[in-house]
Amino acid sequence: MPGFILRRTAIALAILLLVALLLFAMMHMIPGDPTVVALGPRSTPEMREAFRAMMGLDRPVLDQLGLLLVRLAQGDLGLDVWSRRPVLTMVLEVLPYTVALALASFVWALALGLVLGCVAVVHHGKWGDWLIGAVSVSFVAVPSFVVALYSLLIFAVWLNWLPAIGAGEPGDIGAQLRALILPSFAVGLGWVGYISRLVRAAMIEAMSEDYVRTLRAYGVGEGRIIYRYALKQALLAILSVIAIGFGSLLTGSIFAEIVFTRPGLGKMTYDAVISRNFPLVMGTVLVTSALYVTCMILADVVSAWLDPRVRSAI
Amino acid sequence: MAMLTDTATPDTPTEAAGSHEPRALARFATTLAHILSTPLGAIGLLLAMLIVLTALLAPLIAPYDPTAINVKDRLADPSLTHLLGTDQLGRDLFSRVILGTRTAMTVALTALATALALALPLGLVAGYGPRWLDGPMVLLFDSISSLPMIMLGLAVVVLIGPGVPTVILVIVLYSVPSYARLVRTQTLSLKSRDFIKAEQAMDAGTARILFRHLLPNVIGPLLILACLDISTVITLEAGLSFLGLGVKPQIPSWGNILSDGFAVIRKSAVPVVAGGVPLVLATLGFTFFGEALRDALDPRLARERRP
Repeated sequence: MPGFILRRTAIALAILLLVALLLFAMMHMIPGDPTVVALGPRSTPEMREAFRAMMGLDRPVLDQLGLLLVRLAQGDLGLDVWSRRPVLTMVLEVLPYTVALALASFVWALALGLVLGCVAVVHHGKWGDWLIGAVSVSFVAVPSFVVALYSLLIFAVWLNWLPAIGAGEPGDIGAQLRALILPSFAVGLGWVGYISRLVRAAMIEAMSEDYVRTLRAYGVGEGRIIYRYALKQALLAILSVIAIGFGSLLTGSIFAEIVFTRPGLGKMTYDAVISRNFPLVMGTVLVTSALYVTCMILADVVSAWLDPRVRSAI
Repeated sequence: MAMLTDTATPDTPTEAAGSHEPRALARFATTLAHILSTPLGAIGLLLAMLIVLTALLAPLIAPYDPTAINVKDRLADPSLTHLLGTDQLGRDLFSRVILGTRTAMTVALTALATALALALPLGLVAGYGPRWLDGPMVLLFDSISSLPMIMLGLAVVVLIGPGVPTVILVIVLYSVPSYARLVRTQTLSLKSRDFIKAEQAMDAGTARILFRHLLPNVIGPLLILACLDISTVITLEAGLSFLGLGVKPQIPSWGNILSDGFAVIRKSAVPVVAGGVPLVLATLGFTFFGEALRDALDPRLARERRP
């Protein structure tokens, strides 16, 4: 097991290295002065100078790369050229908002997804199963930003029930929770469909196992088999999905954050893209990638812990 | 299911194209019947055909020039002159929605075709090429597909600037790894099959094995996978355009309509609804159709799509 975790961590670090290399290479491959490429034509000479010094742009390319990697290894994401503040501090400031949104989305999506999956299994092969299947696939297919826009339109603009903007005043828990409702609805909807389909598939697979046949032969009721045995199997199956899912929820929240003008990692990245603030974009992309691969390792470790066959497979 | 065993045993000579046609026709008919036999498949096929037809005939359907600005008539409500009203610059929304269909389909198909063209050789090399190359290539595919794509897309946009080529590049980056992986797995499993072994024993050249035997057998599943991806790709394009990072603002596209509509959402709900409904119909239609097609042709390809 320690060897397995080590191997997965090495791969994750390789992935992060790849992201850094990709961003570095792109900055250099595009013709023109790299400072203008990264900061846009409207940047001031002082900003370009600061960026040039930070990246060591006067030195040979390999030196620059070394400088960047050493800096990143020390956890230094550089300074934001506009505000002159450390990128890492800025990222850590907004991260709790995104994590809260991802958590809220996940909790309700998991609860509803589990219920829908179970109901589908109970009605397996009947119209209830078909209906839940159709609803689930639709939830997965509909773009989350359209859901965000339409829920903003209906519940904030027309009905005026919930706030349209922001994350609520700091300290006011009630307002913060109310500000979470619409964004987490938009982010979580697709996951409801995804989880309900996964749960259904895992439970149906479990129900065809030999031990379930034995249980039936012993006269154990169908309800007990579904909730006591098959559900357990399904929960194990979706545990690893939860970890991976959390990683992509962090990036999936970008649209909700923009539509609801909510502070967060996605909103910050977007604003940095619009103002062509490359150091900040690079920082947020690296931090999200790091969170993302961490979730991936967690998912792998969980599934390896549950199922020893996985350990040798990866 | 009949189709499955059919594609898996490619032993019949392909030269006799004439004798093949009735069989191909019969296969097409069975597949179509299979898709139409489920309600979702039928709805999906209908919607997909509607979208494709609209995209093809867009200039004939649209009553106005979708880029013609008419400031006097801005944010007009739907009426007989402007079926869906006008946007904040007085452009006819119905025409923009119709032409937006063409943008969505053009970008999606170009990007997917590029991705397929790149993934085929990459996957074949990983599966059939030198063995030492396989490991690193798989690692590369895995790494790229485990990146947060939207974030990476944003980084690409900062450096290259928005536009159709950027959108296509992001989509290609997103889809090549999964296609190349599929090609590789298919190639690996075919490589150990008797008919390939027989060809090798008869001293057939690598090119012959690759193009005559592996390629035709790999391309079917690949196309199904691409079909399942159409709605994801349409969403990606619309999403980037919505953020103002995709297709240029004056070009009619669903994402741009939504982006313009979002800015005026408190004044008029029409633009947001007009841009969102076709996008939802397209994503639902292609998802339903893609899943029905997969179930009809190759259920083994089932992999749950993540939102």
